[in-house]
Amino acid sequence: MLLCLHIWFLEVVSNCSDDGSHAKDHHLSLPVSTGDLTTSAMGEMEELRKEMENLKDQITAARKTFQDSTLQEAAAGVTVVGRVQLKTRKTLRGHLAKIYAMHWGTDSTLCVSASQDGKLIVWDTITTNKVNAIPLKSSWVMTCAYAPSGNLVACGGLDNMCSIYNLKGKDGNVKVMRELAAHTGYLSCCRFLSDTEIITSSGDCTCVLWDIETGTQKTVFAGHQGDAMSLGVSPDFKFFISGACDFTAKLWDIREAECRQTFGGHESDINAIGFFPNGNAVITGSDDATCKLYDLRADQELLTYQDASIMCGVTSLAPSKSGRLLLAGHDDFNVNIWDMLKAERVGVLAGHDNRVSCIGVSSDGMACCTGSWDSFLKIWN
Amino acid sequence: MTIRNTLQDHGQRYRPRMASLKKSEKVLLEMQDPKTGLKSQPQRLVITTIPHAITGEDIIAWLADRFQVDTQEARSFGSMLVALGYIYPLQDHKRLVIKPDASLYRFQTPYFWPTQQLPVEDTDYAIYLAKRNIRKKGILEMHEQEHYNRLHKWMNHKWDFIVMQAKEQYRAAKERKKPDRVVFDCQERAYWVVHRPPPGTVSAMDYGLDRQIDPNSDEAVTPDFYERIMIFTQQSIMRPRVKSSVSIGALVKYCATYNNHDPFLSNCLPSNPWITDDVTFWTLNMPCVEIPTKMRVERWTFSFAELLSDTRGRDDFRLFLKKEFSGENLAFWEACEDLKWGKAASIKEKAEHIYKTFLARGAPRWINIDGKTMEVTVKGLKHPHRYVLDPAQTHIYMLMKKDSYGRYQKSPVFKDTVKKAICPDEHRFSGAQLEQNYKKRRPCLSPIILRQMEQEQRAKMAANIDITQLCRFTTPVPHLAVYSGFTDYPTATASPSLTFLAHTPACPSPISVALDSTSVSERRVEEAEGDGNPAARAPVGGNVSKSRMALSLRRLLKGGCTPATMFASLSPKCHSAAGTSSRIQPISPDQPSQAPPRRLGNFFQIKVDIPPECRIYPIESEDEEEESRAAFRGGVGAKEIICPWESLTTQNGTG
Repeated sequence: MLLCLHIWFLEVVSNCSDDGSHAKDHHLSLPVSTGDLTTSAMGEMEELRKEMENLKDQITAARKTFQDSTLQEAAAGVTVVGRVQLKTRKTLRGHLAKIYAMHWGTDSTLCVSASQDGKLIVWDTITTNKVNAIPLKSSWVMTCAYAPSGNLVACGGLDNMCSIYNLKGKDGNVKVMRELAAHTGYLSCCRFLSDTEIITSSGDCTCVLWDIETGTQKTVFAGHQGDAMSLGVSPDFKFFISGACDFTAKLWDIREAECRQTFGGHESDINAIGFFPNGNAVITGSDDATCKLYDLRADQELLTYQDASIMCGVTSLAPSKSGRLLLAGHDDFNVNIWDMLKAERVGVLAGHDNRVSCIGVSSDGMACCTGSWDSFLKIWN
Repeated sequence: MTIRNTLQDHGQRYRPRMASLKKSEKVLLEMQDPKTGLKSQPQRLVITTIPHAITGEDIIAWLADRFQVDTQEARSFGSMLVALGYIYPLQDHKRLVIKPDASLYRFQTPYFWPTQQLPVEDTDYAIYLAKRNIRKKGILEMHEQEHYNRLHKWMNHKWDFIVMQAKEQYRAAKERKKPDRVVFDCQERAYWVVHRPPPGTVSAMDYGLDRQIDPNSDEAVTPDFYERIMIFTQQSIMRPRVKSSVSIGALVKYCATYNNHDPFLSNCLPSNPWITDDVTFWTLNMPCVEIPTKMRVERWTFSFAELLSDTRGRDDFRLFLKKEFSGENLAFWEACEDLKWGKAASIKEKAEHIYKTFLARGAPRWINIDGKTMEVTVKGLKHPHRYVLDPAQTHIYMLMKKDSYGRYQKSPVFKDTVKKAICPDEHRFSGAQLEQNYKKRRPCLSPIILRQMEQEQRAKMAANIDITQLCRFTTPVPHLAVYSGFTDYPTATASPSLTFLAHTPACPSPISVALDSTSVSERRVEEAEGDGNPAARAPVGGNVSKSRMALSLRRLLKGGCTPATMFASLSPKCHSAAGTSSRIQPISPDQPSQAPPRRLGNFFQIKVDIPPECRIYPIESEDEEEESRAAFRGGVGAKEIICPWESLTTQNGTG
């Protein structure tokens, strides 16, 4: 596929630039290292850069023509949310080191968490019991996921692999069902589509759709220019969005295996990403201490959630069931609650003694779970 | 040529999560502003006077005023600044927090700010420790002593240099004025407390794991890089967009619609399990409950997707469709979902089943889709994959959404559901009850078990209600009417022709054509035989019981059996097989084996298709046994015909 694209580039260049054939020749003879470039090539590069800037201006203009209203205007008439106060209802104790990730099961009471003590724990949150404690081969785990069916959990990290565990094993034994290895960088996030497919994002700048049954890569989504840090699957499972250290978020079509949209605007790495519950907008959380809301259909940025008193980067985020609230975990040990429509801060969850690393709202929206480097998970409501 | 992206240089150099430091520095400069900033004054501390010291309460008050936040938030914000080493405590120097009292703090000199990116080296730390060791004559703290010893061991080769440096610095410090010296000591100490924190404390300098791609690395920009961006941008410019007023309106509306269903924003009835430890809410909202709650039914009206995503909602919708005689649409949609998310190995089989049930001309549950989609789908089915049915599924989905869904909401079925829906009273637990609830908490059922239960229930329901759904072994036959129900069950005489039709390539499924010329059922039989079908290799005793079964079936048919549940679980084809056997199988012993064995074998073998749970034997009676004995006495020829499970080769051999 890459090759195809490459050829296509050449064609487009030869079509759109005046000295097309010239550019083409040069391109083919260009060495990979940029040190040996001649001055003429530099001039050419400058031209290309200008052309790119020009196109970027065009896209901004194109987006602007569709911008006939802002969210602030639309939300002006909406009733105010008021202060949202959630309290810690349960504390899940059991991990011995920093918790890096958690993910709710679809049934709203089970969740899985991954910690750098090398354990993956499946929790029954209402009783705070551990259903499974799975020892991992590599303790440098950075992400985990619960399959929608409840049969499988997955995790991965610095071992560059996504390990799938089957919870349905006989006599309660949990075994590695599959180890999906092909990434050349750490695994930063993974999410199941079904019991047969999973999507992973990695530090090698790519995302991959895997066939769990055969353990092979089905599609490689390449395009980011920095570590891909997180991903979110759309409610209808047709798209997913990935956020990366190149400060952009990309929307990918899972079936067509292509990038549909790219959203820029952040000033630093995007650490967390998610879909608005209706699937028509995405929310990003970045190291620059802001969150942003992007509309997919209008193809533009709608709002920025920032406050002068918030200094620390966003590590994780989750929307509430109705999409009205946005919960964002920060490096400063707090979780901020935003009114998604009015971009006002309406609450804070303070209780952790270290960085909040992950957050999730259960599928019925009843509770939110935060995981922190202080090795505890807390359930809030 | 290299272009350095200035944006990316956020001073973190492999240090993720530090991009926001610049923001805190801006605040810090504001705090030190002589006019609007914090007021500081020299403070006496023990015996020395320390210039520019500030109290914790002042810092908190200033922050609270500056950001218009409450003191609690201002405190945590201040603590963050202390943890990052911008402000350091003078008294309790190891605890990097702001105390809301008169304890003293100072601003760290910019030289020691984390954004300076001083490489935090062990050599420097060793010098610092050695210096303190000299000054305080061996009084280092426990963890410092450990560090010191370890560094001594590691840096033995340059320990002389380290000690010399330490002595030199100590001497230089002595020459300074006393306040300066004290201040510098404090600054240095604070720096090392931040960067080499005592064990058991949280360090704000903990960056987590390094990024793989160095954010500051010089990016190799080739024309290729620009071209890639340009291609993408050109595509993006052309992409269709929606006016933002429309899309934003939808977002706002979504929030408003679901506002009452968001437990963070409104109460839920009877009570939130997280607050009361009472799981009634979840019990009432289980996937398959008899009577749904009012809120749940209300959600079904929000969107068609919402209705379909809820299993209970889908049941309700199915009931409505059944009354409208258009249940096949939903069944098709569900079958497509099943195909899309199911196991790869079963795709071929499922696709074929879907084709036979829903798409083939005259299929038992023929769905109504336009010719073009049908063409695409049927063509795609030659090489089935997960998404092969997507166009057809979308078509049917839109059909249901535009047409049936609207009528469903006005239908008596839905109105009845609304009327029956329960609205549980709010729980009012006393303190003692809450405590009891807490003690009574039980682990929830595993989703695996729940799903099994659900499936069982579904199977039970399917057996009771939807008879046609189980006709999965029907080979598509041109005249659908014959097969539409069991009341129209083909008469015994008609059945042989029907079965033959099934095997003539009148309507071959595209898959089996694509595979090879053998029909799937035949292949399956071969597989079954390969697996060692117990019936096929059963001894004579086994044959007796099988023939008995055939007989009993025949008896049932003769008796004009109405479509009972037992029939619901049997496929038409096995009826026809049984029916045929009843016709051919005579009691007379000298039955010539006139029926062509190959053909017989063929249509008998189809019986293998019956899933094992469907083999329901009617209660045997005395005369049945007699009959069967008579049949057995019929000899080899009779046995051939009666025993459908006998393998072909045996039949040929004996016949």
